[in-house]
Amino acid sequence: MSENQNPTPGRDVTTTSGAQDPERFTDPGVPAHKLRLTDTDPAARRRNERLVVLLFAISCLGAIGSIVAYFAVRPDGTTEGVRLSTIALGVTMAISLLGIGIAAIHWSKSLMSDHEHVDERHELASSPEVREVAVQHLTDGVEDSGIARRGVLKGAAVSALALFPLTFAVPLISSVGGDWNISKFRHTLWERGTRLAYDPTGRPIRAADLTVGSAAHVIPEVPQEYMESHEWITEKAKAVVLLVRLNPEDLRSDQSPEGETWSYDGIVAYSKICTHVGCPVALYEQQTHHLLCPCHQSTFDMADGAKVVFGPANRPLPQLPITVDDEGYLIAQDDFAEPVGPSFWERLK
Amino acid sequence: MSTDTTASNSGAPTTPAGKAADYLDQRTSVGGAVKEFARKVFPDHWSFMLGEIALFSFVVLLLTGVFLTMFFDPSMALEEYHGAGPETMQGQLMSVAFASTLDLSFEVRGGLLMRQIHHWAALIFMAAIVVHMMRVFFTGAFRKPREINWLVGTVLLILGLAAGFSGYSLPDDVLSGNGLRITDGVIKSIPVIGSYMSYFVFGGEFPGDQIIPRLFTVHILLVPALILALIGVHLFLMVLHKHTQYPGGGRTDKNVVGYPLFPVYIAKMGGNFFIVFGILALMGATMSINNVWNYGPYDPSPVGAGAQPDWYMLFLEGSLRLMPGAGMEWVIFGYTLSLNVLIPAVVIPTLLFLFLFAYPFVEAKVTGDKREHHVLDRPRNVPVRTGLGVGFLTAFIILALAGSNDLIATHFGMSINQITWAFRILFFVGPVLAFLITKRICLGLQRKDRELVLHGHETGRIVRFANGEYIEVHRPLDEQERWLRVNYTAHKPLEIEPATDARGVKRKGYQKDKRWQRLSRFFYEDRVEPVTPAELAAAHSHGEHDEIAAERKSPEVTTGAESVERER
Repeated sequence: MSENQNPTPGRDVTTTSGAQDPERFTDPGVPAHKLRLTDTDPAARRRNERLVVLLFAISCLGAIGSIVAYFAVRPDGTTEGVRLSTIALGVTMAISLLGIGIAAIHWSKSLMSDHEHVDERHELASSPEVREVAVQHLTDGVEDSGIARRGVLKGAAVSALALFPLTFAVPLISSVGGDWNISKFRHTLWERGTRLAYDPTGRPIRAADLTVGSAAHVIPEVPQEYMESHEWITEKAKAVVLLVRLNPEDLRSDQSPEGETWSYDGIVAYSKICTHVGCPVALYEQQTHHLLCPCHQSTFDMADGAKVVFGPANRPLPQLPITVDDEGYLIAQDDFAEPVGPSFWERLK
Repeated sequence: MSTDTTASNSGAPTTPAGKAADYLDQRTSVGGAVKEFARKVFPDHWSFMLGEIALFSFVVLLLTGVFLTMFFDPSMALEEYHGAGPETMQGQLMSVAFASTLDLSFEVRGGLLMRQIHHWAALIFMAAIVVHMMRVFFTGAFRKPREINWLVGTVLLILGLAAGFSGYSLPDDVLSGNGLRITDGVIKSIPVIGSYMSYFVFGGEFPGDQIIPRLFTVHILLVPALILALIGVHLFLMVLHKHTQYPGGGRTDKNVVGYPLFPVYIAKMGGNFFIVFGILALMGATMSINNVWNYGPYDPSPVGAGAQPDWYMLFLEGSLRLMPGAGMEWVIFGYTLSLNVLIPAVVIPTLLFLFLFAYPFVEAKVTGDKREHHVLDRPRNVPVRTGLGVGFLTAFIILALAGSNDLIATHFGMSINQITWAFRILFFVGPVLAFLITKRICLGLQRKDRELVLHGHETGRIVRFANGEYIEVHRPLDEQERWLRVNYTAHKPLEIEPATDARGVKRKGYQKDKRWQRLSRFFYEDRVEPVTPAELAAAHSHGEHDEIAAERKSPEVTTGAESVERER
């Protein structure tokens, strides 16, 4: 499209004449300049000037209004009060900003010259002479340094440059991953005899308290002080369990291996950490026994070994083997038999 | 400062401004820069403002961000909250980061306003970048010499995602905490190093007590510094190349037609900054966003239904949601490969960004074009590019919608499974359909242009001749209207050298050339040539243009408008 034969660099040229190329039209040049009302009518000009002044004045009022709002609209300690103060401060701020913005743009559009200018462009590549000199400079530099001749020196310099980042990288990388002990993925706080407790109160759960059809969010029972530590949050992120009590006839299967019973009287407990990417699977539908992950909609069948019935998850949720202790409280038989949560490379190793 | 105050060679300046300018110039030779740039010409078009909106949103992000850092404390230490926040938060155990977010919203005057402006500015920043990229893509502004600047821009888009994601997670609330948890799951799916990468990011097991301070450093130092540096490169290259211009009379690849920087663009750009800032202030004042006190501090157990990430992350979320899980986790020699996570969260985004990075170079190759381009294409004149762009956007939008499939389900009372299945199919079918339809629309518009040039505007005026014949009078296009419609190149597919040379020896690289030619055919097989003066002349003399058209083998040439030719 740059092939027009007669680019017309001047402005306000609209006519072309002469022999017409049968293959290409000729560029008619920049369209004729059109005068605006403010170019021809002094009254319109004055009117627009006044409008710009008015807009700047509104901006000033907005800024002053913002200061007034700061002192006059004090939040009274309620959410509504904060909301009101935010609106007062923000709207006055917007007025002061928009006043300037609209004034400047109106000024440029109605009062500043709108004659189009034409600048030339030059090809970006340097001229052959410049290139020649540049190449010569580089050749001279290489020659001066002698790097081409001194092989050992080059090798030493490259080695030094390649090695020095290690002084920075090794201490950083060794510390940035904590203890790098990824085997922690495999273990949770659950162990033989740990009582199941309600999340977040920590009150232990008695099997008899659960009615058929009910579901409970469960954490392992731990001392109250421990629940105020950071370690607890990290452990809780692996240990949370969803417990459901089904009618024992409805429970088609669970993950108990031969000769073991991992559920108790229709009560099944599964890890709440989705095997897809680790969201807490929290939406239990009583009618279908389906458990839905609200993040990516993986759906697990609690009556059938928490198998995936829909969505992006691939594996069933791991089951926590449970039973009851002498006092009738639900307890874990052991930790989960497999790592909870999303898959990782060494998961089965 | 006005010209009469600058130092001239006639003598020492007398006015205060002149003296100041002289002082400065003697120390910085600023005069040269002023001479070079003050009246630099910029072309005018509303779409050139989109990049400005991104830039100004970024400035607003920096300003409000400085305000927020004064009060935000990125510590994961736990405290029992007793502060100015809402009743429901009192006495809760939460991280200092979350508590300071509450305090800066409820206690610091204007704090909530700044937080909300900051969040809205981030959303607008990303939206402006995307729309600006669309403008650049569809008008071919990425062509030589601007390919490098396109790459810089694409990297800026990715950095924008990083800035948004790291900032979004800082308050340490339930919603963003689950976002981090998903990130952890995605990182773990990376083969071989995934588990160690997870430890690298979180400083141990998820969530640990490191991630918020780390994200804080990333969010306020690392990413903004990179963005700022690349914006510098982006703008430097823009000034060096001089801005592109839309086609029109007098605009060529050798000139730039527009208004001078000083005063017109100083006023327009400055004004635009204040308007962008003003609108963001209005949004921050009246539209509440990310009320973290409604979600509560991070706890690994709860999660809300209908949770959505910020809009620019929706495509990743949707991609994760669409991928079916069954059969997609492979165990190879005992090692686990989770394709159900790896494909949607790593492979798909990589492909999307690869398309963006590679496109300018592929198009240049199949066009066989080595010239500089400063006049923009009208999207219709490059139908395959426009079609590919719309196809790409369709894929992006379908993924983003899929990221909201639960909201679609609840709002319209539909089955989430059916919606997911519909999107799974649409993800593959939609972009292809969008491509085909867009390409056809472009070709149709080009034909419409030809018809307009050849026959003029319909006037609606019917004239009856003495012999009883009726015709509609058509008004010919004026020179400018016509130039806009004929001034483009309809590229042809590449021509390559034959497989064997003159002596019948097989040529090296023929297969490669042939593959490129095949791609080139895909791009330029269907094309509509611009009207030539000869065709126009033929059209004006009754009926002859049909033969000419047939001769040029342009099947798209207008046909059958019998009455039209008689107008003249």
